[in-house]
Amino acid sequence: MIEIKDVSKWYGTFQVLTNCTTSVKKGEVVVVCGPSGSGKSTLIKCVNALEPFEKGEIRIDGLSVSDPSTDLPKLRARVGMVFQNFELFPHLTIMENLTLAQIRVMNRGKEESIEKGLKLLERVGLKAQAPKFPGQLSGGQQKRVAIARAMAMDPMCMLFDEPTSALDPEMINEVLDVMVALAQEGMTMMCVTHEMGFARKVANRVIFMDRGEIVEDTTKEDFFGKPRSERAQLFLSKILQH
Amino acid sequence: MGDLDLSFFDWALVQNFLLKGLVFSVELTIVAMIGGIFFGTLLALMRLSSHKWLQVPAALYVNTMRSVPLVMVILWFFLLIPFLTGKPLGAEWSAVITFTAFEAAYYSEIMRAGIQSVARGQVYAGFALGLDYSQTMRLIVLPQAFRNMLPVLLTQTIILFQDTSLVYAIGAYDLLRGFTNAGRNFNRPVESFLLATLVYFVICFSLSMLVKRLQKKIAIVR
Ligand SMILES: Nc1ncnc2c1ncn2[C@@H]1O[C@H](COP(=O)(O)OP(=O)(O)OP(=O)(O)O)[C@@H](O)[C@H]1O
Ligand SMILES: [Mg+2]
Repeated sequence: MIEIKDVSKWYGTFQVLTNCTTSVKKGEVVVVCGPSGSGKSTLIKCVNALEPFEKGEIRIDGLSVSDPSTDLPKLRARVGMVFQNFELFPHLTIMENLTLAQIRVMNRGKEESIEKGLKLLERVGLKAQAPKFPGQLSGGQQKRVAIARAMAMDPMCMLFDEPTSALDPEMINEVLDVMVALAQEGMTMMCVTHEMGFARKVANRVIFMDRGEIVEDTTKEDFFGKPRSERAQLFLSKILQH
Repeated sequence: MGDLDLSFFDWALVQNFLLKGLVFSVELTIVAMIGGIFFGTLLALMRLSSHKWLQVPAALYVNTMRSVPLVMVILWFFLLIPFLTGKPLGAEWSAVITFTAFEAAYYSEIMRAGIQSVARGQVYAGFALGLDYSQTMRLIVLPQAFRNMLPVLLTQTIILFQDTSLVYAIGAYDLLRGFTNAGRNFNRPVESFLLATLVYFVICFSLSMLVKRLQKKIAIVR
């Protein structure tokens, strides 16, 4: 479903990504972790070409994202993305956040879009919030709306960038519950997170990044059982302490 | 110094001299505001684009307009059009076009700051949902930029209203011209200018008070 081949990226002279290669198969859940600044957000933004990259190739469903002949908006519409900072649209209500792209991109009717939006809001437990604005919701609620917004497009796969960062502990669980349910339904997911509990529960593979490189790319059993690299061991011991 | 005599100022004077001028001043302000914000937004988008061939002409235009006194632009345009087309355009139309073109440069700087005030992540979020560049701008970035900048845009419009008095230079009939003619007619030029100043002051001061209240409201919503 997602193939990343030899991707390198520079910000000026600073190399953020170095020869990253990995893939996510249909129905797989892949967790990406690593220290701050290791390039996790950058990599996941490269996947749907929100960030350009200088070298290598990324294919989604067989289509190269850096090929100028690829219809990027059309491709992106089928890839759900949840951002580190929510990025809900503050000038639109929760319902409008959910229906905007359905109407404008998928050409769905307004009523059908609202129906879909209500169904998804109900699913993430926020049906009553539909007429409110994002600023009136808690962080955890906003994250769940962001997930619902991505799901409204019936995505073939979903990308998550630290869906639980900057949340209080109780809110982390409400968001994780939604994500676990998604994973168990067979959604293809690539997820940057430090929630090792989530990784243990639903991940098929774990990718460990450091300084722009994919240092480890193994099954979760191997990753938690016997990480091969020292850097991953060090990272795990730090993260599992608390 | 002679005594001030304001007795000539009555309802008939307002009707005969001022109303027509006031209507034109307000019309000119509103048309130049709408047109100026529209073209200013286009200029801002051009300056923020990644294409040099859009950036450079827009920057050149904005910086030129901002470096020339408005009254000269008004005069030049007024004199240039008959020279180029062989037909005079009329002071009123000439004023409308000049003000729109001139104010676009100022509004564009405001809109540019407004667009930059919208977080980059919002653009990413729009793209990630499959919206294209123009949809992302129209539906997500510009409404937020516009809301953030509304008080500044309105303040610029108040300045624009004050500046409309410069059409005096090409003989268009605006509010100031109304006062001037009235002063001449009743042979009371000093009183007439005094009243003109007072009227401009009251209009602009009360508008800027309104903008201040609006500013507080917007700051709370955000
Ligand atoms: N626009 C940019 N220009 C220059 N450098 C950047 C830019 N964006 C990110 N970087 C740098 O690239 C590196 C990787 O950033 P990235 O956000 O991908 O890290 P991350 O692994 O997601 O970190 P975190 O866990 O803190 O979110 C960092 O060193 C960052 O400073
Ligand atoms: Mg990050």
